[in-house]
Amino acid sequence: MAQRRAIGHAGWGRTIAAAIVAAIYFLPVLIIIMYAFQGRNDILSISARSLGDYLESIFSFTPTLSNFENVFFRANIIQAGEGAAQATETDFPLYFLNSVGIAGISVILALVIGTLAAYGFARFPLRGNDTYMFIILTTRMLPPIVVTIPIFIMFQVTGLAGEYPGIIALYTAFNLAFTVWMMKSFFEELSPDVEDAARMDGSSETRVFFKICLPQVKAGMAATAVFGLILTWNELFFALLLTSNETRTIPPAMVRTLGGEVGADYGLLAAIVTLFLVPVLVVTFVLQNQLLRGVTFGTIKK
Amino acid sequence: MTQASDSMAQGAATDRPVANAAAARRRGSFVERNRGPLLVTPALVTLFVMNIFPLMWSFGLSFYDYRLTRQDLPRFVGLDNYARMLADPSIWESLQTTALIVAGSVGLQMILGFFMAMLFQPIFPGRRILLMLVLAPMMLSYVAVGVFFKLFYNPNFGLISKLIEVFQGTPPNILGDPVGAVLGIIFADAWMWSPFVMLLVLAGLVSVPKYLYEASQIDRATPWRRFWTITFPYVRSLLLLALLFRTIETFKLFDTVYIITEGGPGTATKVIVQYLYRVSFQDFRTGESSAIAYVILFIVIVLTNLYLFMVKRREQEQ
Repeated sequence: MAQRRAIGHAGWGRTIAAAIVAAIYFLPVLIIIMYAFQGRNDILSISARSLGDYLESIFSFTPTLSNFENVFFRANIIQAGEGAAQATETDFPLYFLNSVGIAGISVILALVIGTLAAYGFARFPLRGNDTYMFIILTTRMLPPIVVTIPIFIMFQVTGLAGEYPGIIALYTAFNLAFTVWMMKSFFEELSPDVEDAARMDGSSETRVFFKICLPQVKAGMAATAVFGLILTWNELFFALLLTSNETRTIPPAMVRTLGGEVGADYGLLAAIVTLFLVPVLVVTFVLQNQLLRGVTFGTIKK
Repeated sequence: MTQASDSMAQGAATDRPVANAAAARRRGSFVERNRGPLLVTPALVTLFVMNIFPLMWSFGLSFYDYRLTRQDLPRFVGLDNYARMLADPSIWESLQTTALIVAGSVGLQMILGFFMAMLFQPIFPGRRILLMLVLAPMMLSYVAVGVFFKLFYNPNFGLISKLIEVFQGTPPNILGDPVGAVLGIIFADAWMWSPFVMLLVLAGLVSVPKYLYEASQIDRATPWRRFWTITFPYVRSLLLLALLFRTIETFKLFDTVYIITEGGPGTATKVIVQYLYRVSFQDFRTGESSAIAYVILFIVIVLTNLYLFMVKRREQEQ
């Protein structure tokens, strides 16, 4: 630290350190993306002696798009046409849109309902406030397997099984616990003095919430949305159980690549994983500004 | 909800501005008096219908002999399910394995996540893109992490096996060794979820008002002192929140373990949820599986209360 920098800024030295950490963290992901462009034989033919040879063999291959083709088109052997293969479209685009829609709507719903509740818990405590918070937390404690049977029966009886509203409502509830707890901790960091001052100046409660509190917790909301999205995006268990052919999401489709006659189809799985990674990466990238900006106007901490 | 906030706005506009919320609750319209309950009701109703009601249902089931695959009506057996489960030594083994994995993985996640957050706190060239790369692991699905880490641990063509081979000379059979398998699970889970801790801590770090740092610079405070008096108090609550949620989530870890080791070798990595899965979906002893779940819940509640107790004490100290 020879020369004095602006507070909160670091130079290229930090970039190098962060790049090393990022390289280590991203390497497995990068290899998965590489696998997506390799044929089956390339993936499983590696038996090089040294680590150097090994890494070289991972990164040097003849790139192929066949895995991605298999994601969208499935080769069918037609009986009549003397073994001629004809490609039929898979349901991947539909599943993909389902994933986007179901995860997107449930994360937004949880964020809206959860932020309001968190504000309520933080600023207008009820009698037994802590008990409510604890009950909310309890809903995240049990392994989802436990509620499978009651939920399955409930969904069958109400006709929600295999329908969009059912799975969306379920995911919203799953995200709520985390959203409420996290947003409450952000609201509690804010100074009530600022809000009271606004009330003194004649601001309505609605205005205090939207104009004073909400802008200060934007970063928290972005972080919460990212977490919710990540958890919902990859949910497998209830997706397997409660979605029909029309409402199926991608994670159950991933499982299907594992059970082939010749073992797991690593290339196909890698291709699906790669395609599936893109939307969350994009959303996180877009929300990153919010995520990293933080509270800009200095509030007085009690 | 929009209706509620509309009338909230009207109510407040006609009323004289009040200095604090408590005074507002004493007089005024229904909305003003019940602002707290109105704000939390939608969340509580959703949770009740989708989570709490099914949970109570399965709590009821835990006292019945009930099998999903049979036509017989559930038969009340009192505490038999609990008694049978507590008498099974393998459940204790599973609980120990789970505790070991939770302690190892969450500990590692907290340490790695915290240091990465510190690393990424200041603004530096390339920060945005590097941060994306670091966050990528937790965006993968459990299925992907499970399948590909199993491949990475493969003695013949696994990346991680190759790396270890460089140090010890022979290719290790990581998943064939009980200790190696547990470490392998911990490593995969910590790799996947330390970005989560990092992001949470980072959200706390960026909320530290800059003027505090400016003041500390004027006071010529050492970086060490600056960290403990300014930075740490701001991230402490988020660090504890990360600890809480990661502990709860890791207790429920199943998909990754099932894909990587299927509980093996032997029962070395058989976690409690796998035990639960076997009873529930392979033996179809629904009643008993509910009982097991409630014992898990009891353990997690004890842990969580310990945590909340710690937080409460801290708050009182301040």
